[in-house]
Amino acid sequence: MTDTAAQAGDTGPSTSGGLLHGAQPDVAGAAGHRDHPQRVGFFTDTSVCIGCKACEVACKEWNAVPEDGLELTGMSYDNSQGLSASTWRHVAFIEQRKPLGSQEPGVVHGPAAGAGGAEGMGDFDVFAAAERLGATTPEPGAPAGDGPGTPTGEISPIAPDGRTELRWLMASDVCKHCTHAACLDVCPTGSLFRTEFGTVVVQEDICNGCGYCVPACPYGVIDQREDDGRAWKCTLCYDRLGAGMEPACAKACPTDSIQFGPLDELRERAAARVAQLHAAGVPDARLYGEDPEDGVGGDGAFFLLLDEPEAYGMPPDPVVTTRDLPSMWRHAAVAAAAMAAGVAACFAGRRR
Amino acid sequence: MSTPEPNVPGPVTPGGPGGAETDGEHPGRTAATGQGGGRHRRRRRRGEQPVVPEAEFTSYYGMPILNRPTWKALDIAGYLFLGGLAGGSSLLAAGAHATGRRVLARSAKIGALGAISASTVALIHDLGRPGRFYNMLRVAKPTSPMSMGSWLLAAYGPLAGVSAVTDATGLFRRSGAAATAGAAVLGPAVASYTAVLIADTAVPSWHEGYRELPFVFTGSGAAAAAGLGMLAAPVEQAGPARRAAVFGAALELGATAVMTRRMGLAAEPLERGRPGALMRASKVLTAAGAAAGLLAGRRSRTAAALSGVALLAGSAALRFGVFTAGVASAEDPKYTVLPQRERLRARARERRREHAGDGAGGTGSGDGTGSGNDGPAV
Ligand code: SF4
Ligand code: SF4
Repeated sequence: MTDTAAQAGDTGPSTSGGLLHGAQPDVAGAAGHRDHPQRVGFFTDTSVCIGCKACEVACKEWNAVPEDGLELTGMSYDNSQGLSASTWRHVAFIEQRKPLGSQEPGVVHGPAAGAGGAEGMGDFDVFAAAERLGATTPEPGAPAGDGPGTPTGEISPIAPDGRTELRWLMASDVCKHCTHAACLDVCPTGSLFRTEFGTVVVQEDICNGCGYCVPACPYGVIDQREDDGRAWKCTLCYDRLGAGMEPACAKACPTDSIQFGPLDELRERAAARVAQLHAAGVPDARLYGEDPEDGVGGDGAFFLLLDEPEAYGMPPDPVVTTRDLPSMWRHAAVAAAAMAAGVAACFAGRRR
Repeated sequence: MSTPEPNVPGPVTPGGPGGAETDGEHPGRTAATGQGGGRHRRRRRRGEQPVVPEAEFTSYYGMPILNRPTWKALDIAGYLFLGGLAGGSSLLAAGAHATGRRVLARSAKIGALGAISASTVALIHDLGRPGRFYNMLRVAKPTSPMSMGSWLLAAYGPLAGVSAVTDATGLFRRSGAAATAGAAVLGPAVASYTAVLIADTAVPSWHEGYRELPFVFTGSGAAAAAGLGMLAAPVEQAGPARRAAVFGAALELGATAVMTRRMGLAAEPLERGRPGALMRASKVLTAAGAAAGLLAGRRSRTAAALSGVALLAGSAALRFGVFTAGVASAEDPKYTVLPQRERLRARARERRREHAGDGAGGTGSGDGTGSGNDGPAV
């Protein structure tokens, strides 16, 4: 793997090729790869994530990522806290007092529930349903309007102590493998490079730990490992891709929340899934990072979320910082000229 | 997109992503999710009323969105300061060399060499793998200011070295003069590229000032070099240094004022906490140093030396202020989320207006990046 990596880094230009922002249909080609395979990525459908952290574990196992701290944070079930040099998949846990659309017990998902699932959701009573559990198993999707004491229009059901019910969101976060990756753009050594699969990978034998990529990433993904000094992040299992295998996290995910494949195909699948969820009465469902017109030219790893991105710790409208770089250089050139002219003028005056 | 109301109406105040105060700590970890991560901070600046977007936003347990820059303040802020000092000194050296101000020329040349040597040491010291510093010259990448900067230093350093050594030893005068001129050509670039270095990141308080920051840094570099000149050269020769101090201070203070006005919310970290104190100290030291140098520096050697020290300290305080403000802005999700939200809202408004304007015309790409110059609409 290291060989291919080093080679690709050496032969292909390390920049994202011409464009600094905007849509770029052929990222690998723009980076100098000829006859490259299709661009691949992840579609992480958080609506089916069960928070098992199999992805976190599989990633650590396969990539031999060291321990990332043994802390109990009190942030729901999240103890790894966020993406870092030693956490390449991170499962976020969000506890909210919000209804979860039709993702309530006893309701069928999918087209079968269809429009029927959308109505009457407000007054489904799980406690009543739970009482019935012993006697007869309620059919999925059974009419749920028989719960007493649930005011319509409010979050349902209400617990005996008056609390409204909890919505528990889980989402597995990862490096976005941006179309315009700021980390790659700013890396001075060429350690970060674009692979033939359109992904972004650090060559650890070249990285000198300058740390520039860390503040450049608009998503807070890549980080420097303290004892080691170098920068580390998800490689989208570059070694496995080369062998025709899917990344370890996608392989391990028991619910197919993490889906791996050619990006075009994933985008189609994601659009269908959002439509399905909307039809099923989950209006919160939305895609994040799939738009090639967004500030980073679209993500190679994009998501289906059930709340605003910032609730998951993701930026709502990230922009690759190098979009403004030409303007920065121009301003710097004028500033340098102004400095030279100003100091020169100080000698021009009186000879004292 | 349907935006549900903020989910936790509870009165609990989160631990508070308090930029500078909570250095290194994960802020507000005990806060319930989805809660407004930001405290309502309302402080009016004198003379102007910035449009403060509502401080309500959602965050993931108050955790920062960006990863904290791993650069060490002493190394990198020190590097920014020394780079400016070196660049400015090379300009002064060339001017003094050409106009026969021997002592001013020599001290500026030696100052430039010393500053650029120390800054290179700081840069290498900050690397996670200092032994691999030579990888900086493995590629030349225009998209990486650090790569461009490395090449710039590789060219400028030897010139500054030759210029200083030939002056001190009196050998190879012709080459010395050429090197002095060369260093003066590259010096301003060394001083201004460092602004691009930190602006080319996702850190709000560094990036949002990218238009004015180069002017802030070159002004500060000129003032610092002038300070060194006043400190080292006799008053009869230091006239240009005194004027350069005024020029540099005016450029720095003026550009800083414009920058903070245009940065919107991202200017806030530059005004509060420790970064704010550093910025205010820098302002006072720079202005006082330049004024005192001009008024008293011609008559009193002591006044000149004190002005010089004030100017150097002011320049250093500015770099540390800007550096730490950036770190504080990266540590508080508010500075990442609020301007981006505002941008999205503005874009949605724009799109709605377009739709209202003509029914079928809304097929354009629809995002506001076309102009390339849309800062945060705060
Ligand atoms: S998410 Fe960050 S680390 Fe990953 S490719 Fe994009 S800029 Fe680089
Ligand atoms: S830390 Fe390594 S990967 Fe990151 S920018 Fe520096 S050399 Fe490149």
